[in-house]
Amino acid sequence: MNWVVDNLALIGELSVVHLRQSLIAVVIGFVLSLPLGWVAWRYRLLRGWVIVATGLLYTIPSLALLVIVPAVLGYSAISEFNLIVGLTIYAIAILVRGVADGLDSVDPGVRQAASAMGFGGTRRFWTVDLPLAGPVILAGVRVAVVSTISLATVGALIGVTNLGYLFTNGHQRRITAEVLAGVVAVVVIALIIDLLLVWVGRRLMPWSRATSSKVKRARRRASIAVPAGGAA
Amino acid sequence: MNLFTDAFAWLFSPERFEGAYALPTLFAQHLYFTALSVIIAALIGVPLGWLIGHTGRGREFAVAVAGAARALPSFGLLILLVLVMGVLRTPEAAVVTFVLLAIPSILAGAYTGFEAIDRRTIDAARATGMTEWQILWKVEVPLGLPLLIGGLRAAVLQVVATVTIAAYVNLGGLGWPIIQGIPLRRFDQVLGGAILVALLALVLDLLFAAAQRAAVPHGLRAARSERDPASRNSSGQNSTDQKPAAEAALSK
Repeated sequence: MNWVVDNLALIGELSVVHLRQSLIAVVIGFVLSLPLGWVAWRYRLLRGWVIVATGLLYTIPSLALLVIVPAVLGYSAISEFNLIVGLTIYAIAILVRGVADGLDSVDPGVRQAASAMGFGGTRRFWTVDLPLAGPVILAGVRVAVVSTISLATVGALIGVTNLGYLFTNGHQRRITAEVLAGVVAVVVIALIIDLLLVWVGRRLMPWSRATSSKVKRARRRASIAVPAGGAA
Repeated sequence: MNLFTDAFAWLFSPERFEGAYALPTLFAQHLYFTALSVIIAALIGVPLGWLIGHTGRGREFAVAVAGAARALPSFGLLILLVLVMGVLRTPEAAVVTFVLLAIPSILAGAYTGFEAIDRRTIDAARATGMTEWQILWKVEVPLGLPLLIGGLRAAVLQVVATVTIAAYVNLGGLGWPIIQGIPLRRFDQVLGGAILVALLALVLDLLFAAAQRAAVPHGLRAARSERDPASRNSSGQNSTDQKPAAEAALSK
C-alpha cells in the first residue's frame, strides 16, 4: 500500500492521460458511428455489410490490430496516435450497432406522425428519430466507453504511456500494489464515467424512463450484448 | 521497403519451423490455452446461465457480471494474478485469468438464449405436461443454443486476444513474435505475428458463426428472418412469428 501513497501523483497523471486517450477515441467513434449507423438502419442491403465489416474489425485481437492498421496506413505503430485510432475502430464497431438498434427501437407510428405533421427527413432525424433512439444509443455508448477505458491499457505494450504503464512497470519491478492500483484506477474511472453518462442521459432524455418494454428490451440487449469481439 | 513483404518473408522463412519458438509450437500453445480456458469457463458459465434463464432469478447478477467484466482490464488482471500466484506458476495464473474473462460472455449467452424464448412457448410446453427437466432439455436448450454459441464465440475471441497479450508474461503463443519484436523494432516479425493472430481469430469467428447458424432449429429458420432484430418492422409481429417457434419446440 505504501507504493500507492508514494505514487499518488503518478497515478493521477496517468489517469488524466488515460482518460484523454479513451475519450478522444469514443467521441470520434461516436461522431463517425452516427452516419454509419443511420446508413445501416436506413438501407437494408447495406446493413449487413456495415455490421459485418465493423464486426470483422472487432474480431481482430487488439495487439494485432494495433500492429496491422499502422502497417496498412503507413504510420508508426509505436505512437499515441496509433492507440487512439485502434480504440476508435473498436468504439465504432460497438456504436454502429447501437445506433442502428436505437433507430430500430423508435415506434414507426411516431415517425409517421412526425412526417404527417410536415417534418422533412433531416428535421425528423434530428428532432424525432435521434432523441427517441437516444436511450438505446446511450446504452451502446456506455458499453463503448467502459470497454475503451479498459482496453486502452494495452497501449503499454506498444510503448504508449497510460495506466497500462503501471502493469508493465509493476511486472518488471514485481510490485503487486502497483499493478493492483492500475486495475483499480481503470475500473474506478470506467465506473465514474459510466455513472456520469447515466446521469447526463437522465437529464437530457427524461423520456428514457417512460419507455415501452420494447425499448427496455433493446436497451438491455445493448448492455448485455456480447459482440463477438477480440478486443482484450 | 514494404512492411508486408518483409512480414511474409519472415513468416515463410524456414527458420520459423525451428527451435523452441517455432511457429507451429506457438500456434499449438495459443490453441491449447484458448480451448482449455473456454472449456473450463463453459463448465461454470453454461449451467449458471441456464439456471438464471430457466428460473428468471439473478438476471441483475448476469447483467452486473457482464458490466463489471467489461471494466476490468484483462492485461492488468493477468499481470496481477501472475504476481499474486507467483511467477513460477504463470501458466496457471494465465488460465485463471482467461477463464475469468471468458465466463461473463458465456453466462450472458446461456442466459439471453433462454430469455429470448417466447414465454408462451414455455407455457405451452408446461401445459402439454412436460416436466421442468423436459422443458429445459427439449425446449429451452435447443431454442437457446444459437445465442449460447454466440456467447462461446465472444469468449473464444476474447481469450484468443488475451492469450496474445499473455506472451508478455512468457506464456508463448502467437503473441510472442509481436511482444518480443516491438522493443527490438523488428517489424517483420511483429507484423508477421499480428497477421497470424488476426487470421486465427477470423477463422475461429467464421467457424463459430457457421455453428451458430447450424444450431438454429429447423422449425425456427423460417421465422428467424422475420424475428431477427435486423428486420426493422418487428413491432406487432411477435405474435405471429413466434408461432413456428412453439411448434418447433413441441414437435420434438
